[in-house]
Amino acid sequence: MRAVKTPPPAAVVAELLGPAELGDEPRRLNRIDPRETLLAAVCAAGAAVLAWTLCRFLRWDGPLPLGLIGIIAFAGIYTAAVRDQLGDEASTDRTITLLISLGAVIAGLPVIFMVGFLVVRGIGQLRPSFFTNDLAKSGPLDPRGGAKHAIIGSIEQVGLAAFVVVPLSVLTAIYLNELKGRMSRMVRFLVDAMSGVPSIVAGLLVYAVWVAAFGFSGFAASLALIILMLPTITRTSEEVLRTIPDNLREASLALGAPQWRTVLRVVLPTARTGLVTAMLLGVARGIGETAPMIMTARGQNGTNANPFKDQQSDLPLFIYNLLRQPDKRQIARGYTGALVLLLVVLSLFTLARVAGRPRKRRS
Amino acid sequence: MTLTFDDAGPLEDRPLPIDRTPTPGDRVFRTLAVSAGLVSFFIIVIALVMLTIRSWPAIRPNGLGFVTKGIWAPGTGKFGILGLLTGTILIAVLALAIAFPLAFCTALFINEYAPRRLRTTLTYAVDFMAALPSLIVGLWGFFVLQKPLKGVSKWLADNLSVVPIFKHSKDYSQSLFIASVAVAIMVLPIVTAVMREIFARAPRDVCEAALALGGTRWGMIRDAILPFGKSGMAGAALLGLGRALGETIAVSLILTLVYEPKLGVLSQGGGSVAANIALRFAESKLSDQALLGSGLGLFIVTLLTNLAAQRVVQRSRLA
Repeated sequence: MRAVKTPPPAAVVAELLGPAELGDEPRRLNRIDPRETLLAAVCAAGAAVLAWTLCRFLRWDGPLPLGLIGIIAFAGIYTAAVRDQLGDEASTDRTITLLISLGAVIAGLPVIFMVGFLVVRGIGQLRPSFFTNDLAKSGPLDPRGGAKHAIIGSIEQVGLAAFVVVPLSVLTAIYLNELKGRMSRMVRFLVDAMSGVPSIVAGLLVYAVWVAAFGFSGFAASLALIILMLPTITRTSEEVLRTIPDNLREASLALGAPQWRTVLRVVLPTARTGLVTAMLLGVARGIGETAPMIMTARGQNGTNANPFKDQQSDLPLFIYNLLRQPDKRQIARGYTGALVLLLVVLSLFTLARVAGRPRKRRS
Repeated sequence: MTLTFDDAGPLEDRPLPIDRTPTPGDRVFRTLAVSAGLVSFFIIVIALVMLTIRSWPAIRPNGLGFVTKGIWAPGTGKFGILGLLTGTILIAVLALAIAFPLAFCTALFINEYAPRRLRTTLTYAVDFMAALPSLIVGLWGFFVLQKPLKGVSKWLADNLSVVPIFKHSKDYSQSLFIASVAVAIMVLPIVTAVMREIFARAPRDVCEAALALGGTRWGMIRDAILPFGKSGMAGAALLGLGRALGETIAVSLILTLVYEPKLGVLSQGGGSVAANIALRFAESKLSDQALLGSGLGLFIVTLLTNLAAQRVVQRSRLA
């Protein structure tokens, strides 16, 4: 690793601001150097002019080529300018800073567009009747009709799954972290393997084992969700249990408590907030699963409040089926459903973060 | 933590004898926990066994042709998933090729470049992206992404057609390429999250030493963080690959299914095991059995990919 060269006092920019001062100040990487800002601004202006002229000259219209050429030109000019001012190492550093920031921005853009798109398209149909009607009687052209049946189905399916998964995954996490039995390495390995099961395969499995014998039902969907949620919640819970200091456990055991009381009265209450976060994140994952629902709950247009009998709809199925129809109004309903689903996931997620925040202790 | 004390007896001045036999309550507790731990084992075994049994009637008449031919004809009972498998792998590899550099940039940006106050917020944002249902990404990809990507496809075909996968075509919509961009958006957050976590574990003293010697930020990343996180990056990529292989809904909304194996990713149509299952489910009994067979194949491929990924990530965490 070479040290940064001290800048040669050559360019106009440097003369404008005077030489850089190397004092006894500590190095701060995020400190913005006014000289470099000015340099960047000059380069940006140059790149903008260059890109604009080039686009005019070559008759490339539209913002995309302009932006692309502008960014490339800026990167080139800026790298050359920094190399002239501060040397090779610094210029590599600045170019890579530029690249990395650009990559991060590109990675973040789709989500912003996606959320914006759903809000714009879905907000039109978002009215109270959307939550009180189903699609049993409303034809494609009917302005009424909503997702009541789907929302009921989603709540029941995810609720049933959570009812089984939560105790099961916490117990598994306890087995992995508190008992540390002979098989715990293998169990952890298998839980990891399960976390890679594609959601559609989980659906197929439930179809082969349960649906083929007992028919489509909301409960079958819950079974698929159990397979999908179990590994996520187990691993997060295990991480939570691992953060609890051993001396709490040792203190409890030293006072004569058997292990089950130690876990029940000391370990679990201490881990409570973390476990709640793990569960909410698991539920947020589960509620958006679409693929396994196709071969388990199957969906229908009417309301079926009994998850143990007959086909049942849920939010993902509602959206998936409406979006593939040719009619504009049906697609619009699908968008509204997607917006509702997005809001549900977002609020579950926020709730999980708020619940997981370490509580301030009152003295 | 297998030490327990006998809870009877008055306390005296001599040390209590250590008794390792568990109390009855402990025995119940242990049985419960052990059986919970074994649930995942049973689920995997049942999955492998049941999928094989139920799909056997459709696989047997096709023999080895089930994986070496590309055909889907429920009427005649001829099934071959070669085209679907190659399509699935093409989508996954292409998606990873798009997502990996972006994830690398995002992970480093959050850890090293973003202001300290923004760091937690950005980490949450990545986690939220990971929680986005693939249905939403798929519908956005189908209704919004399609049009600009057709332009990109045309440009790629015009300028890079020397690369065999970028062949010319009449129609650039509903292609493997567009599907793989949607899948890339799906796997980006998980790859980012794993990489970020591993980069954050790089020994801080080495990083500070690099900076104290006058190194630039990139110098510090290059010489202190990347050598440390190399195997973690490989693991994150494999994990993303596993996710991409099983991605269903986004692909099924975008792609037109084609059963013959093909390499041109820009032209319309392609294969995907998962999307095929979602789109052709409940057509006939025999076809459903063939779907179960293709699901078994997908299950085995993703299982192996993920186990390899977990191995690599686990090792880099211990290092």
